[in-house]
Amino acid sequence: MQYQSQGVAKLYFMAAIGLFIAQIIFGLILGLQYVMGDFLFPAIPFNVARMVHTNLLIVWLLFGFMGASYYLVPEEAGRELYSPGLAKLMFWIFLIAGALTIVGYLAVPYATLAKITRNSLLPTMGREFLEQPWITKVGIVVVALAFLFNVGMTVLTGRKTVVTVVLLTGLVGLAVLFLFSFYNPDNLVLDKYYWWWVVHLWVEGVWELILAAILAFVLIKTTGVDREVIEKWLYVIIAMTLITGIIGTGHHYYWIGTPTYWQWFGSIFSALEPIPFFVMVLFAFNTINQRKREHPNKATVLWAMGTAVMAFLGAGVWGFLHTLAPVNYYTHGTQITAAHGHLAFFGAYAMVVMTIISYAVPIMNGQEAKSNRLQVMEMWSFWLMTVSMVFITLFLTGAGILQVYLQRYTADPLPFMLVQDKIALFYWMRVGAGVIFIVGALLFVLSFLPERKGAAQAA
Amino acid sequence: MQEIFTKSMARNIYYGGSLFFVLLFLVLTFDTHKALPQRDNRANLTEQVAAGKRLWEENNCIGCHTLLGEGAYYAPELGNVFVRYGGKEGIKAFIQSRPANGIPGRRSMPQFNFNAEELDALAEFLKYASEINTDKWPPNVQG
Repeated sequence: MQYQSQGVAKLYFMAAIGLFIAQIIFGLILGLQYVMGDFLFPAIPFNVARMVHTNLLIVWLLFGFMGASYYLVPEEAGRELYSPGLAKLMFWIFLIAGALTIVGYLAVPYATLAKITRNSLLPTMGREFLEQPWITKVGIVVVALAFLFNVGMTVLTGRKTVVTVVLLTGLVGLAVLFLFSFYNPDNLVLDKYYWWWVVHLWVEGVWELILAAILAFVLIKTTGVDREVIEKWLYVIIAMTLITGIIGTGHHYYWIGTPTYWQWFGSIFSALEPIPFFVMVLFAFNTINQRKREHPNKATVLWAMGTAVMAFLGAGVWGFLHTLAPVNYYTHGTQITAAHGHLAFFGAYAMVVMTIISYAVPIMNGQEAKSNRLQVMEMWSFWLMTVSMVFITLFLTGAGILQVYLQRYTADPLPFMLVQDKIALFYWMRVGAGVIFIVGALLFVLSFLPERKGAAQAA
Repeated sequence: MQEIFTKSMARNIYYGGSLFFVLLFLVLTFDTHKALPQRDNRANLTEQVAAGKRLWEENNCIGCHTLLGEGAYYAPELGNVFVRYGGKEGIKAFIQSRPANGIPGRRSMPQFNFNAEELDALAEFLKYASEINTDKWPPNVQG
């Protein structure tokens, strides 16, 4: 570790992985509720468990992005972090605010939470992924601003590299677009229109900048390839991301009351959205093939390649599968959407956070790479998680195809709940794959715990 | 390749391309705003509908259902439930009839204990949603 202040990243990484495990536990609960409808009812109804599952995902990824930034920005800028104290303070504020919100979801009915937190003053709750009370949303804005100030000052007073400028652009975009979560008009169409400015422009816009910057940093470090070459790739990737992704928002504007021309804009531009992900695959493989050094951390290189490939499959291929308007007419809001969501979030964002954790944590523990035994364990966790997530996706895709056929495509469409019963087999298989997934995730954690003898490091 | 396509060219495509498409997106957004009054059923956006939307939100209905295809995929689409149930009374009766402790082995909607005024607002909101011009989505009445 070149700069002592990079060490604050460790807190963020630990929180990220802890919340990741919690997210998976709630995922398993949801998976069981799909096949055993009364499981944990009415103590934890499906909508509560799902809100916890998706909110934990967002929060742990944000912890991961912040940790990644605190780790890589000092090294890139060639100076200590502007204020490590502020970074630690914000960590605790974010963690406590997040924990209180989750406890609120689980402890009282959602309507009660809305009342306690005075949702009527500024109604923002009850919209998918943005279920947090406004006080939590304000907290997120405060944490994001303090974080941006801290990282921004470090970049501006230090060496500016393409990696940090791209990362910072992505982070600023993340914070600015989140402000649309406070806009909730009574008009349902307008509500939905601007809701996507947070959700789509995050995950298919600015988050991809963050993803590409983190990946570029790890590849620079592990391959020793010339920065100039990597920076050119980085520009190509993010250029294609924004050129396709911004108008690609239109693939959410087909059936929500927005003008019909969005079917053309959305179909054409979002059909191009796999391109930046494909370039990312080329980038990762080319860079690793042309490596100037053999980095001892083989597990990190595996994660980096895996991120590029799985992001392409999940976001690119599974996104394209249902993005053309005539196809989406049948698949919109089915298990096809769920299948795509799982592989895309895992492949792009969960995996890039695990990539940087895999790279940075051993260094923060004073070694360039973990022991061979622990790296093998980490690689097992990689394969278990990746393969089981592919199967989760395939089972959901199978369920989705049948659902689309039985409920929408056939001459005699069946009611929703009847169709759900008929495709239960696929949901059972999905739960099975989910169990393998959590084994993989726990193995990831285990591979970072101190070894019983020999290794001199603190947990 | 290295000689022909330089880093500064890549950077210029990034800045120029992003700026162009951000502006195009804003233009399309502006145009969408102009077109919406003919499509989004705002004429029927009454205070009761707004109250219904608030109830919809504060009970996290989107955590199980989809509305115009967006939300969770655990329970039926409700953008067209007004049509599927043939009016407000069917919707209200269904919401009221949910057993507090669920149905053994099956998915069941929680009992929210809405009063008559709240039920009416919710049903009005779902009626309003069903009259938005969604380009004939969903494909059939089953949602």
